[in-house]
Amino acid sequence: MTDLDTKTTASGHPPPAQAAPSWGWLRWAWRNLTSMRTAVVLLALLALAAIPGSLFPQRNVASDPAAVINYMQDNPRISPWLDRMGMFDVYASPWFAAIYILLLISMTGCVLPRSRRLWQSVRSDPPPAPRNLARLEDHRSWETTREPAEIIATAAAHLRRKGFRVVSTNDEIRAERGYLREVGNLAFHLSLLVLLVGIAAGKLIGFEGRVAVAEGGTFANDLSQYDAFTPSAWTDVDDLEPLSFTLEEFDVSYQTSGPNLGQPSEFAARLAYRAGSGEEQTVTVEPNHPLNVNETKFFLTGNGYAPVVTVRDGRDKVVFTGPVLFLPLDSSYASDGVIKAPDAQPTELAFEGFFLPTADVGPQGPYSRFPDALNPQLFLTAFTGDLGFGDGVPQSVFTLDKDDLTQVRRDGQPFSQALSVGETMRLPGGQGTLTFDRVSRFANFQIAYDPGKEITLVAAIVLFVGLTTSLIVRRRRLWLRLRPSTDAGTLVEIAGYSLTRREPPPHEIEDLVAALGGASPPTTSKDVSA
Amino acid sequence: MIFDEQTFAQLSNGLVYSAIAVYALALLAYAAETAGQVAGATTLVADSPARSRLAGATTMVAAPPSRSRRLGAVGTSLTVLAFLLNLGGVITRGLAAGRVPWGNMYEFVLVCALAAGAAYLAFLSRRPVRAFGVWIVAIVLLALGLAVTVLYTPAGDLVPVLDSYWLVIHVAAAITAGGVFTVGAIATGLFLVRHRLERRGTTQAPKGRYAATLPTTRTLEQVAHTAHIFAFPIWTFAVIAGAIWAENSWGRYWGWDPKETWAFITWVCYAAHLHAQATAGWRGVRASWFALAGYAAFLFNFFGVNLWITGLHSYAGV
Ligand code: HEM
Repeated sequence: MTDLDTKTTASGHPPPAQAAPSWGWLRWAWRNLTSMRTAVVLLALLALAAIPGSLFPQRNVASDPAAVINYMQDNPRISPWLDRMGMFDVYASPWFAAIYILLLISMTGCVLPRSRRLWQSVRSDPPPAPRNLARLEDHRSWETTREPAEIIATAAAHLRRKGFRVVSTNDEIRAERGYLREVGNLAFHLSLLVLLVGIAAGKLIGFEGRVAVAEGGTFANDLSQYDAFTPSAWTDVDDLEPLSFTLEEFDVSYQTSGPNLGQPSEFAARLAYRAGSGEEQTVTVEPNHPLNVNETKFFLTGNGYAPVVTVRDGRDKVVFTGPVLFLPLDSSYASDGVIKAPDAQPTELAFEGFFLPTADVGPQGPYSRFPDALNPQLFLTAFTGDLGFGDGVPQSVFTLDKDDLTQVRRDGQPFSQALSVGETMRLPGGQGTLTFDRVSRFANFQIAYDPGKEITLVAAIVLFVGLTTSLIVRRRRLWLRLRPSTDAGTLVEIAGYSLTRREPPPHEIEDLVAALGGASPPTTSKDVSA
Repeated sequence: MIFDEQTFAQLSNGLVYSAIAVYALALLAYAAETAGQVAGATTLVADSPARSRLAGATTMVAAPPSRSRRLGAVGTSLTVLAFLLNLGGVITRGLAAGRVPWGNMYEFVLVCALAAGAAYLAFLSRRPVRAFGVWIVAIVLLALGLAVTVLYTPAGDLVPVLDSYWLVIHVAAAITAGGVFTVGAIATGLFLVRHRLERRGTTQAPKGRYAATLPTTRTLEQVAHTAHIFAFPIWTFAVIAGAIWAENSWGRYWGWDPKETWAFITWVCYAAHLHAQATAGWRGVRASWFALAGYAAFLFNFFGVNLWITGLHSYAGV
């Protein structure tokens, strides 16, 4: 073991109590907290504590926002207990935070004194050789008649050339190499603190949001325009990046042959955007290629169909026209959605149904055979009555509140119709019509702003470089000692010592022996003591 | 062009099946070697004492009878051949799909088996680790068998979100680390087996003991350590590259998705292992369990999370 490590590892014992008892206790606690054993235990705890978060649905984490609610409904008995223990919020729970904060404190308390010792050892000479060099690994010795001064000079020059720090006397050389390992280790550990700062910055100032925009639709970066917005504690919602864009076109292509028929091969959203009061520009946003305006980034994360329809009411007046977002249900983009016309007279109108981009009829009824719009059809049923807009309660655009609605019927059956592009559905009794004008698409954007990102990235780079350095570089010492030998010559002894658990590079000692013209086969301790 | 994509795809499948057949033969040869050694493990010779600082325990190795030694050499030759077939299978797969051949689980497993084979052969050229052969080959065989039966996916393009050069980097690093971790895990497991024998301090191993045929604890510990400190930075890099890729495609670099969580758990387990190896009283046996826990977490991430837990990463193509 290294002398540095033994200091840290042996510190688990209480020091003799000399000062006031409370101080002794504190010091004991601090030494224990900063011991290597504690580090291992805390790391093991951290690994264990991370597990439940991957098994239970998590708030603010899962890709499906309803996951926690659904889980609670399915498991009403244990859910409140799990919730109380923070199982749905593992990575924001106090016990998870306690582990990593203790770990970082322990790490700092362990690593800072280590920095000081490294600083001292870099400024002082490599330590003197142990009395009995033969007890070390890689020991070599031979007798020679060369001048001691010449041997020392040659060896010192050789070692310096090899990057060792060398101190020599008349009859001894002490050399050490690989301080960089400690530097790497320290940089690596301390970068964990910086990493936490970066993460915290994002968690405190940044935000995430989502919005769906149909072709031809416009989005302005204002809180009211988001479909969902998750601010952090200190997000300045009145000072969002000033920008707006129009989704001019959304291009999709699918594989039309081969084993992965129907798999998408391209998504591209063409935007005309304007940042601040600047010029209007055109950009294409694709998966992995977000629109980036001063670190507010717009990621394309989904898409679907938005059939364009026109609704006329009982007076033949247009009460709705435009694209309606239909949510995809499966990979063939069979989608469902609703169309609402609250201004219709004499009765409000609503439609519900599904959209099939490539409609076909199978044994189980209509389905979509392909995700692209090759034979688009709308299947709709109609409702009349009160849509509930008067209540002032915000409504989802994807669901109908059917409490005060009645389904339109004909001959006692619910009235429904399949529409191709250009076709019109006429409600019985002249209550209104709906025309399927054309197919358009919508794009889903995930919007993210995280000002801590650069800090985190820099910390991660330092972490990686520091770690790799500390694992690759082998810190080791090498000693050479000269003694007068029995028959008027000089006995040369060389030995090495590794300060890491890896062996020193194999040829180092042999190279030195060769440079000095010595005998290269290793000698055993018996030869020397004889 | 004589070779079109379809031909390459078929060639790839053929090569993978051949690799499986040859690995099966290699397994037989290695198993016969091991059985022969266990039956005849009586003569123990001292390992070179020069570098025994690290182990401290008694160092001894079995001198294998020559017939089983020949079987072992046959096993190694077959392993090299099977590895080359596996390599050919991966390359032709890439040519068939017109991209890097690690885009779905079938391909991940092919490449991971390749990495494990490469790591074993690389160690074998430097260290006396043929005793690993039977285990490595068994694991690789299991992985390839699983790949062609359960996970098989026809060659094709990537879904758009996977079409990124960070994917190439991130997955390549994760797979390489996984292959080397596999060697580390086997060395660690065998270390534990061998350790029980050496703890008794017997210089004369009882006949018929498997542990007596293994390399010394010191060799095993060194191989495990080398494997771990080689693979750990690569794994670290894979996690960082994954975070960058996640930032590129979803706008957040870390979201505690199950896949990310288990990558983190793997990382922390191996960090705990490296610490334990530097902690008085934990080095050796106790530290080994952390390494094995890390490997278990890696495997769970690879199979368990892909197949059972749904998350953003669940486009593994199964
Ligand atoms: C915060 C989480 C931590 C992580 C992820 C971590 C990770 C690591 C890793 C991967 C290594 C291996 C690198 C090497 O051997 O040079 C290492 C080494 C080391 N760590 Fe940590 N560490 C953490 C906390 C701590 C703490 C709390 C302490 C002290 C109590 C500590 C003290 C050390 C020391 C002394 C070494 C060098 C061991 C040696 O000489 O082999 N670390 N750490």
